[in-house]
Amino acid sequence: MKRVRLSYPYVFVWMPIFIIAPMLFVLYYAFFRDGQFTLEYARSVVAEGTYLGAFWNSLWIALATTAACLLLGYPVAYILSNMKKRTAALISLLFILPMWMNMLLRTLAWKLLLFDGGVFQQVLSFFGAGKVQLLYTPGAVLLATIYDFLPFMILPIYTTLQKLDRSLVEAAHDLGANSVQTFTKVILPQSIPGVISGITMVFVPAMSTFAVSTMLGGKQVILLGEVIEEKFLSGTDSVLGVGSALSLVLIVLVILSMVIMNRIDKDNSASGGTLW
Amino acid sequence: MKKTLSLVLSAILVLALALGAACSPKQPDDGSSPAPQGDSGDKTLYLLNWGDYLDPQVKDEFRKKTGITVKETPVTSNEEMIIKLDTDDCPYDLCIPSDYAVERLIAKGRLAEINFDNIPNISNIDPEFLKLSEVFDPGNKYSVPYTWGVLGILYNVNMVDEEDLGSWDLLWNEKYSGKIFMYNSIRDSMAAALCKLGYDLNTVNEDEINAAADELIKAKPLVRAWLNDDVKDSMVLGTGAAALVYSGDAVWSMDPDEGSDELEFFVPKEGSNVYFDNIVITANSPRKAMAEQFINFLLDGDIATVNTEYLGYSSPNTLVPDLIDEFFLDCSAYNISSEDVARCKIFHDLGDKMSLYEAAWNRIHK
Repeated sequence: MKRVRLSYPYVFVWMPIFIIAPMLFVLYYAFFRDGQFTLEYARSVVAEGTYLGAFWNSLWIALATTAACLLLGYPVAYILSNMKKRTAALISLLFILPMWMNMLLRTLAWKLLLFDGGVFQQVLSFFGAGKVQLLYTPGAVLLATIYDFLPFMILPIYTTLQKLDRSLVEAAHDLGANSVQTFTKVILPQSIPGVISGITMVFVPAMSTFAVSTMLGGKQVILLGEVIEEKFLSGTDSVLGVGSALSLVLIVLVILSMVIMNRIDKDNSASGGTLW
Repeated sequence: MKKTLSLVLSAILVLALALGAACSPKQPDDGSSPAPQGDSGDKTLYLLNWGDYLDPQVKDEFRKKTGITVKETPVTSNEEMIIKLDTDDCPYDLCIPSDYAVERLIAKGRLAEINFDNIPNISNIDPEFLKLSEVFDPGNKYSVPYTWGVLGILYNVNMVDEEDLGSWDLLWNEKYSGKIFMYNSIRDSMAAALCKLGYDLNTVNEDEINAAADELIKAKPLVRAWLNDDVKDSMVLGTGAAALVYSGDAVWSMDPDEGSDELEFFVPKEGSNVYFDNIVITANSPRKAMAEQFINFLLDGDIATVNTEYLGYSSPNTLVPDLIDEFFLDCSAYNISSEDVARCKIFHDLGDKMSLYEAAWNRIHK
């Protein structure tokens, strides 16, 4: 009982002020104009497909980022989990190390690397690719988001793989499974919870990201987060409403993806890992 | 247990209240509160200003001469300035808003009429500019021009052919596809398109606005990127052939130390936007005499020169050209001819009609 009480300040002070009230503000601004209920903003978000482009951009960047992080991150986590504990700890520290620095600064660094005449362009032209434009392209935005979110994929997968019951792997070998079979039938199913939380931790923030596209996209790829930022900064009342309505769309999308992920996770644990 | 809990809770509440008080606009953001009215012992002026928009050396000189300290609070937009000044207990004495913001602040009654008997140096300001600034401050009662500039085109002399210069068409020229940079700002980009079509840059006519938006949509495939401050960097590094820039940014890009000597600037023949940043005194300032003393100090020829060399923005002060470093006088973005300025117009505050521009902007960047 005493432990429950310790959470009271969080539940009754922190959450109402910093989580629930802001959400209510967003809801209010999205549906009220000068104290009157209105569907005007909701309609303008849907009408004419003005924001459809930004919506699809955000969605595909988030999906591509998640897929790339999974493809890159899973093998890394797997290799790490098979290493000696001390080496693995050292190497995983190297993955966390960049996170000690502010994300905006790291994105700025990418800008310098991708600039015309920058390191990346020089390397590419050395291999005969000519002067490829890297900065201010969707590719630049994708590259930087993958870089930013990769640790969030590696760490949860690494943690679950580390806790994996090694005796099951040995048993699989004893019973004649080759290494591919052992991986697909024993290791992968057990690591699904880590994969799920990795996907959630990458997909959700990637969906709402905006600073990266502002800095590296040059408006060639417009993300939903960027549109919302623009609406709020321009400061007139009507745009505030549109910005809030757009934020609501984003919140709903995030909740939806969490629900789907939770369901997969539950199905998986309920059916004892026969998903694969 | 209950006692500890209530202690923790009340501590949090006190903290929240303190936080709330710290965020309330009663005190300047630097945390030091201005002295109450009538306290003559305190000699501090509070200036709400753009970041890095006053040479610190000028502040030092002023303190040495008068014993008055100037404390600055930085803001990043005119909208932010208006929000901060639009309260009855506004703690700032001075501010440096742009033209249309001055217009709106006068309308809101937030500015004090300046007593020009205390500012003899006003005679240093070019009467031409005082006449121009009557557009937003009729009678020049509330504001004194601080800097000015023109929206124009910065281009790389090694990339752009001479016959393509002189007109806004340069930003729509397919020869330079992928080497054109635009501002990620509604009014500025739309102003370029409106002027190109021969329309007024303050138009609220929907057809004209839509035609300008169509022009920008035509430019889109040629534009490498829509940026803010990064336009300067891209041009200095030689990535861009031509860019829409404010003359103040252009001066920076052409500076021999930080910029590139391949860059030049021109004001398109179809006309453009001229802008002013102006010093104003807030309506409720208890230190109006001191504020006027400071304005007079800023208008002094030597002081204005030092400050202008620091800022790089054109000065409306007639004494500055005789004293300033030669680089500025040779720089096409600093020394803009009066014929060029005569073709330019000042932005008006469009109020609700701004939504027309926002809709056009949405259509351009779908």
